[in-house]
Parts: sequence; C-alpha cells; structure tokens
Amino acid sequence: MTVSPTLDARFREAAAAAGLLDVAYDLAETPIGTLLVATTDRGVCRISYDPEPERDAESLAHTFGVRVLRATKPIDPVRHQLDEYFEGKRTEFELPIDLRHQAPFSRAVLNRLARVPYGHLTTYGALAAEAHRPRAARAVGTVMNRNPVPIVLPCHRVVGANGSLTGYGGGLERKELLLKLEGALQPTLPDAPPAPPGGPSSA
Amino acid sequence: MGLVSVPPFESFYEEHRDAVLRELRRLVGKDAEDAYQETFLRALRAYGRLKHTENLRAWVLTIARRVAVDYYRRREATPVVVEPETDSRPAYAELRELADGLPRKERAAVVLRYGYDMSYAAIGAALGSTEDAARQAASAGVRRLRRRMQ
Repeated sequence: MTVSPTLDARFREAAAAAGLLDVAYDLAETPIGTLLVATTDRGVCRISYDPEPERDAESLAHTFGVRVLRATKPIDPVRHQLDEYFEGKRTEFELPIDLRHQAPFSRAVLNRLARVPYGHLTTYGALAAEAHRPRAARAVGTVMNRNPVPIVLPCHRVVGANGSLTGYGGGLERKELLLKLEGALQPTLPDAPPAPPGGPSSA
Repeated sequence: MGLVSVPPFESFYEEHRDAVLRELRRLVGKDAEDAYQETFLRALRAYGRLKHTENLRAWVLTIARRVAVDYYRRREATPVVVEPETDSRPAYAELRELADGLPRKERAAVVLRYGYDMSYAAIGAALGSTEDAARQAASAGVRRLRRRMQ
C-alpha cells in the first residue's frame, strides 16, 4: 500500500504549519538549473546548486537539527523572489537569512556582501577591507566559496582585483550568466584596491 | 561524526510511511488517513529528542497503534444508540433522524442529552420544565427507541 501524493503533501504542509520542523526544503527550477532551497524559522539557510537531496538533507540535519522535511509552502516566498530575479523584475531580495551557524568573520563578510548592489562588482580585497581585515582577501575567497545562500547573497558579484571572474561555487559559467543577467559583465570595473600579497584564492 | 546518528526526518518518513499506512488501514479502516497524519506529527514532535536509531520501524508502528487506540476510544465515547462504523456525521445529526417520531418533549430531551451532551438541568431550563422532568422525558424516549429498534 503506497501513500497517495495528496496524503503525503497534506502531512508535509501540516508539519510545516505546526512549526515542528528544524528545516523545510524543496527544489526550485531556475534558468541556471534546479536549486535546492532550505529555510528555518529564521530565514533562508541554504541554496544548493546541483542538488543531491539525500546528501543535502544529511548536511542540513547535521547543522540545523534532524527534523528536516521537504515541504512546498515554506519555500514559496524564496521561489517567488528567485523567479522575479531571473525575469529581471527584482534587483533586491527581501528575505531573512539564517546565518546563525556561521563563524563571526564569515558572518561579517556575508553581511557586507549582502550590501553589494545589483549589477555592481566588488573584489575580494575590498570586502576584506570592509570587514576590517584588509589582508584577508584569501579568507574572503574561502567565505565566498562556502556561501550558504548563493544568488540571494550575491557572491557572484565578487571578482579578482584584476577583473577576472576567478571562480564560483556553482561553476564559472553560472557566475557569468548571473552577471550578464544583471548587466554587470562590462569590461569596466569599480576602482579596485591593489591585490594584497598572495592574492585572493579562487572562490 | 562517525557515530551512527539519527537520520534526517525526511529519510525516516520516506522509509516507513507505507508500512504505517498499511498498519493503520488494518486498525482503523476509513480513519487511516487522519490517523496517518496524526502518527507522523506525533513522531515528528518526539523525533528531535530521539536517542536511539535502532528499530525506528518498531518505534513508529508503536506510535501508530497508540493513535489507533485513541480513535477507538473516541468512537466508544459516541452515544450507544448510534452505529459508529457507518457514519461520520456528528452525533446530533444522526440522533435527530433517529428520534423523529418520538413525542415532542421526549425527542427534544433525547437529542439535547445524547446529541449535544447537555445536562438535565440545562435541558429542563431549555424546555421550560424541571431537571427531573427532563431526565424522565429522556429515559422514556430512549426506552421507546429501544423498543422500536428491536
């Protein structure tokens, strides 16, 4: 005897509505591929490229608690804003983000990152300087690479001091597509500070 | 990590949901779908505090059986004159039909007592008579119904 989709969906939504979940997640289709989007009661906590739901659920359970369940409704606001973003109708996300499990430095950098505007570029070094660690460009690169909520926190807007795209957790091709969508992929760059010794690592 | 940890609720749920529904169909029949939701909501409430990872199947089936017991209790709590298996309408709806044809006062007393669970004092007040008169009307009505059903 198998559980009907209706019964299954009814339980999942009831579980979410009752506030019993540590994490709700679902898949979202976008022009740059299927994403796995996860939220807690505090906000968006994960966006994964190339999702592997089983592995992702394990990882979410490890970080946020074992009550992880796929559910549609809690993800809908994120899905909706992502749709608008990819249609070019939204230049800013209005979503709470759950960064409670980030180390203080990562959180500081991610909070700065959140303020890099749509269609603008910045550099690893510039973000490091804003986080009061001007020599930490390489560490900023690592934070970007581990950005838990790409797109919403726009690490695609961070490039090398020489203007090269450098790297992206979801693959350089996606970084390029996002920047083209935002009209940011012009040869012009903001005044980038000189690269710190050692230079940034790939992000 | 290394140690065996409790799996994400999603994997637990996927693995056991068919078995839970099967067991509930066996135990409570047509109420299985409501009982299914109740079972997994209870499991979810306890899941965060779960220490063991062995026999999660046995654990969730135990919860399902407890939910089924609660369904039986609820059925037994409905008035004796109604047949609980065949109808899910509220008790007063069934009683109203059943009590049709009783003398007016007896009918009102039966429906208010057994359908709406009102006290005899309240029924007496509602009918403009006394607590004792309400009790007598209700028991006369029930006797008449019993005779009619035999």
